[in-house]
Amino acid sequence: MFTQNEPMDGAQALIKTLDQLGIEYIFGYSGGAALPIFDALETVKSKMKFILVRHEQGATHMADGYARATGKPAVVLVTSGPGAGNTLTGIMTAQMDSVPMIILTGQQVTWMLGKDAFQEADIFGITMPVVKHNYLVRNTNDLPRIAREAFHIATTGRPGPVLIDIPKNISQSPFTGDLDAEIDLPGYTIDEAYDIDDADVKAAAALINAAERPVILAGHGVMISRAEPELMEMATRLNAPVTSTLLGKGVFPETHALSLGMLGMHGTAYANKAMVECDLILNVGSRFDDRIIGKAERFGRNAKIVHIDIDASEFNKMIQVDAKICGDAKTAMRALIPHLKPLPSAPWLDHLEGYKRKFPLSYKKQGGLRMQQVIDELFEVTEGKAIITTDVGQHQMWAAQFYKNDEPWKWISSGGAGTMGFGFPAAIGAQCAHPDAVVVAIVGDGGYQMTMCELATAVINKLPVIVLVLNNHYLGMVRQWQELFFDNRESGVDLEGNPDFAKIAEAYGALGLTVKRPADVRKVLERALENRTGPTVINAECIKTENVFPMIPAGAALEDMLIEPPKEKMEKPIGST
Amino acid sequence: MPASNSREIITTDTKLPPQADILGLHTLSVYVNNQPGVLARIALLFSRRGYNIDSLVVSRGRNERFSRMTIGVSGDPKILDQIIKQVNKLVDVIHCHEHTESDSVVKEMVLVKLLTGAARRTEVLQVIEHFGGKTIDLTESSMIVMITGDTEKVDAAIRLLAAYEIIETVRTGKVVMARGEEAT
Ligand SMILES: Cc1ncc(C[n+]2csc(CCOP(=O)(O)OP(=O)(O)O)c2C)c(N)n1
Repeated sequence: MFTQNEPMDGAQALIKTLDQLGIEYIFGYSGGAALPIFDALETVKSKMKFILVRHEQGATHMADGYARATGKPAVVLVTSGPGAGNTLTGIMTAQMDSVPMIILTGQQVTWMLGKDAFQEADIFGITMPVVKHNYLVRNTNDLPRIAREAFHIATTGRPGPVLIDIPKNISQSPFTGDLDAEIDLPGYTIDEAYDIDDADVKAAAALINAAERPVILAGHGVMISRAEPELMEMATRLNAPVTSTLLGKGVFPETHALSLGMLGMHGTAYANKAMVECDLILNVGSRFDDRIIGKAERFGRNAKIVHIDIDASEFNKMIQVDAKICGDAKTAMRALIPHLKPLPSAPWLDHLEGYKRKFPLSYKKQGGLRMQQVIDELFEVTEGKAIITTDVGQHQMWAAQFYKNDEPWKWISSGGAGTMGFGFPAAIGAQCAHPDAVVVAIVGDGGYQMTMCELATAVINKLPVIVLVLNNHYLGMVRQWQELFFDNRESGVDLEGNPDFAKIAEAYGALGLTVKRPADVRKVLERALENRTGPTVINAECIKTENVFPMIPAGAALEDMLIEPPKEKMEKPIGST
Repeated sequence: MPASNSREIITTDTKLPPQADILGLHTLSVYVNNQPGVLARIALLFSRRGYNIDSLVVSRGRNERFSRMTIGVSGDPKILDQIIKQVNKLVDVIHCHEHTESDSVVKEMVLVKLLTGAARRTEVLQVIEHFGGKTIDLTESSMIVMITGDTEKVDAAIRLLAAYEIIETVRTGKVVMARGEEAT
């Protein structure tokens, strides 16, 4: 529509640049300070699609879900003050889980900044600790360069959210600069991280080659660098079992014989036992989160620990390591694999097989509907091929346990931040990315209600997202802690008075289904899968007081894992939340 | 703060830290984009890990696009090591290094305001001379002296001058430069 010589304003230059960068989706909510940018969405012809959400937090989780289903960033566009403020949780969620995102916030005019002008909030200052980087734009002509820099920063190295705060006078002033202005980031030299240090590789290889009881711990970093083939090659060459973090689900096929499933607080018993008994932990692309290491002083006591990470500040942060390789997981494993030899791990693998037989993930089939069963059947009917997003709580942990992932980019869950309200909008984002895919949001009745208003967004955009509400009428995970550690004193967890989720769905124009009997689950899931014209909400009425096991109480050592409900009274956990 | 007539001295001075605290002292040199917000980003990383910034000097680089900071901090070296890596990760930070006494020179300056009538002025001047200091403001009842040098020297000068009536001291904080041809 524009040629280089036609007059345009800053907002138009910005939208043109984002389009050039290949952005596909903008999730947003309008408002005064963002008016020029919203206008540019109409006046600039672009391939980008705009999705009007119902709450700004939803926009961030949609962009997040889109990114976690594709590896590409989407844009969030909101107004200043309250609009920008509503994005905080979603930005923090993306930052914690290394998800690329570009957030554009409208801002008061430059000369009003710092004067408590209407809807002025210092979002540049407020978001500093929860972004990879942010900008407050002070020159209209800087917009294309800054947009390009934001894209580059968000998507390279360890990805993360980048926020651009744009005062209204900046977006609506004439643009007279260079649309193709190049990025200029002297402090961001990402290439260094790809220079694998040869001595580090040799030192790591020496430790690995001496192991007899190895475990590979695979994290989100493997997915981000698309290093699944290298991981498979390494695991099979070494004959080493692989466990993954919550965010790493799918980087190694969970149905593979060498897979131990997920480790950590609610990981499999065999994965956690392997971590305790192994003589080598080879961590690729995980940051040794407190949810997987338990009590740090006792983690990996009998093992040599090798850590591959792209972010040098992760080394020795939680766990003192014996060797490290700084770099992209793919490049690092490529450098490492030629130095590795098959390990004499057969007895170790046999031993772990014994644990798999002795402590399988299981659940009772009698006495009512359990979340585990619903998830298990979902896994069956979708043949493990659906894109699954989750909310946060008991249902999330059971989903992680029972929905086995054989492929990456199909498991989308808020890990580091544990953000309730994430699951449903993330599913909308994932469905935007893959319109033909089966996308199921597995959510609790608590978290779902935090962002349920996005039903309107899903209906209007005819997105066939399936929302599986595992309804226990409780904030189940918190109730579980109260039962185990606080003498079953329930406080602030009872969700009695929940609405009828199927009816609410119908009021929005979605398909609403309810299931109460275990025998009906399959039928209801199949009915939902048939509906491709818009969203389906399934209200699954589940047993109210089931608990998730295995469980490692927060701050306890991995060997203190509870495989089943404890017989004695438990101490209050001393560890992180 | 000016001394009141009753000679009751209100001082903004705090005591020197005990020797044990000084042991964990570290000097960092940070080269950054000369842009609003950079200082806040760096300060956030220190405060999050409970690390106090003891001194901070920021000035424009010769290339005005960049600024140089010298940050004096005290605390656990292991935590500091991680903070340095996090500072280096900031997009606006070109580099952040820790410097030691042997690889660098570290200097600071102090201004000391003293209550000195004519009677003890000569004595004070002798102390100042010993430390290579200078008198830069003089009235009937007070004087301001300036002393530069490494931290120990400045500390020692203040200790000796404390024998007289110090109204206040203002220290610049440390600036660091790598020794030899090495760039800081
Ligand atoms: C925004 C937010 N608030 C509070 C919490 C604390 N929290 C963690 S799990 C949980 C309960 C979740 O309940 P529900 O969504 O019903 O899922 P369930 O555990 O019952 O499966 C709560 C309140 C959180 N993670 N996120």
